Amino acid sequence: MSVIAFAKNWNGKFKNSSFELVSYTKALANQLNTNMVVLSIGEVAEEELKLLGNYGADKVLTVSDPQLNTLTSRAYADIVAKAAESVGAEVIVLSDNNSGKAIAPRVSVKLKAGLVAAVQELPVSFEPFVVKKRVFSGKAFGHVQIKSDKKVLTIAKNCFGLLEASCVVAIEEFVVDIDTSLFKVKIVEEEEQKDKVILSDADVVVSAGRGMRSPENWAPVEELAEVLGAATACSRPVSDEGWRGHEEHVGQTGKVIAPNLYIAAGISGAIQHVAGISRSKCIVAINTDPEAPIFGVADYGIVGDVMDVLPRLAEAFRNSKS
Amino acid sequence: MKILVCISNVPDTTTKVKFKEGDSLFDDSGVQWIINPWDELALTRAMELKEDAGNSVNEICVIHVGGASADATLRKALAIGADKAVRIDACPADAYHVAGQIAEYLKENPFDIIFSGIESSDYNGSSVGAMIAEFMDYPGISSVTSVNLDDDDIQVNRAIPGGKQVLKTETPFVAVVQKGIAMEPRIPSMRGIMMARKKPLEVKPAAELEVLTESIKFELPQEKGACKMIDSESAEQLVDLLKNEAKVL
Repeated sequence: MSVIAFAKNWNGKFKNSSFELVSYTKALANQLNTNMVVLSIGEVAEEELKLLGNYGADKVLTVSDPQLNTLTSRAYADIVAKAAESVGAEVIVLSDNNSGKAIAPRVSVKLKAGLVAAVQELPVSFEPFVVKKRVFSGKAFGHVQIKSDKKVLTIAKNCFGLLEASCVVAIEEFVVDIDTSLFKVKIVEEEEQKDKVILSDADVVVSAGRGMRSPENWAPVEELAEVLGAATACSRPVSDEGWRGHEEHVGQTGKVIAPNLYIAAGISGAIQHVAGISRSKCIVAINTDPEAPIFGVADYGIVGDVMDVLPRLAEAFRNSKS
Repeated sequence: MKILVCISNVPDTTTKVKFKEGDSLFDDSGVQWIINPWDELALTRAMELKEDAGNSVNEICVIHVGGASADATLRKALAIGADKAVRIDACPADAYHVAGQIAEYLKENPFDIIFSGIESSDYNGSSVGAMIAEFMDYPGISSVTSVNLDDDDIQVNRAIPGGKQVLKTETPFVAVVQKGIAMEPRIPSMRGIMMARKKPLEVKPAAELEVLTESIKFELPQEKGACKMIDSESAEQLVDLLKNEAKVL
């Protein structure tokens, strides 16, 4: 009986979400009094694999076939299931991100292993095996029991944090027969923004809404984001109006994010928007309306004009660095 | 080409969420039920694909796993323009069970494209679509932001962190869709609502299938502490608090 985590890499590099996954799985394995294995798929350099040891991994299985550098969900799910079987894993853990959402359900069906997605913390109990997750788009928590012998979990971003350790990593190539007939989905083109901080990865996000009054007024938002090394985001009306791109829309039907700090400028705080940000560790709201619902979910608030407050914040942060 | 759209029946977004029976069940008294927003967008896209003269889409069917209380929502899907609705009369106890029921239907009634919303706004499982693909051994694409048919050429856009990929695939396949799949959900016309009454809503018995997880109880989040208000002239104070109190900078 052991626990296995599938740590995704992007172009051969892990992200904080991968390290958080290892930290969580190590803590879980310790609670279960068992060992843990980390699985990596795609070409990843040895020095990069060894970084997993900084978060508790002592054994890594790697499938370094270059054909698998990009996510092919059926092939990845096949490999995760085979690796889980080979190490006799009872619990399989993935991150709740785009790839986790594609792979975990397939693994669940392959292994007849009950799945709970976007788990918030270590299991509430082990016998019965019960985990806690958000439901009703963040309005409540649900306790769910997994009844099958094997279990699949995906963990919500920023739910656990990073637990540093220093383990020596034993790296083993996991030899698996990859059926290329599984590759019915082919990538024709790929577009990735290189110059900006990626919203779903960002620790700090500066977001703005209709309170900015016009798309011409976004310079203070972008300036503050640059000073903070933050990603920019926006509310739904702003993306619907075409003031900002759809990829910036944060909310129930847009992106659901969980940064350390979310600054909401000129955003009233409608329920649908709050559903996208409520797991942020800290929320700062800036609005001219002291009754705006956003102040009900914010940790810190300023009643004021965004056009004055944002540059002041940028200046104050710049000064605090020197 | 036939398209199947999986529909979840969920409480309206503004519902005040409450629980009953020792917090073990969702209290649905007074709740307005709607089509899960992502499923509604998926249905809208299916309609657009059918209406585009160049495509060979000739049937859109919606499917739901649940009880008769969902029939009104299914009629709304018919009013939007689906040709027929199927309800598997089973309790949607968990994603594995729901996906399994839909797969059983698919085995007897094949479709070329199966649309599923990325998650339902009530239990946020984000599992059913990809599970259907696995049960059927079909290709499945998740985080889909667009689906285009150019005769037999199927082009799907998938969101990746900070960007997108353009993919080609073949039928039959499952598209697990998110925001972007359609711009606005379609609103049923008066004519659509009238015609919906005459369109078939088939109720099928549940297949014998397992349920692997069980909801035990619910919990409301703790009340958040009051927002600390800072004077609009005191930006330095806020930066200091963010660094030293909240420790997020």
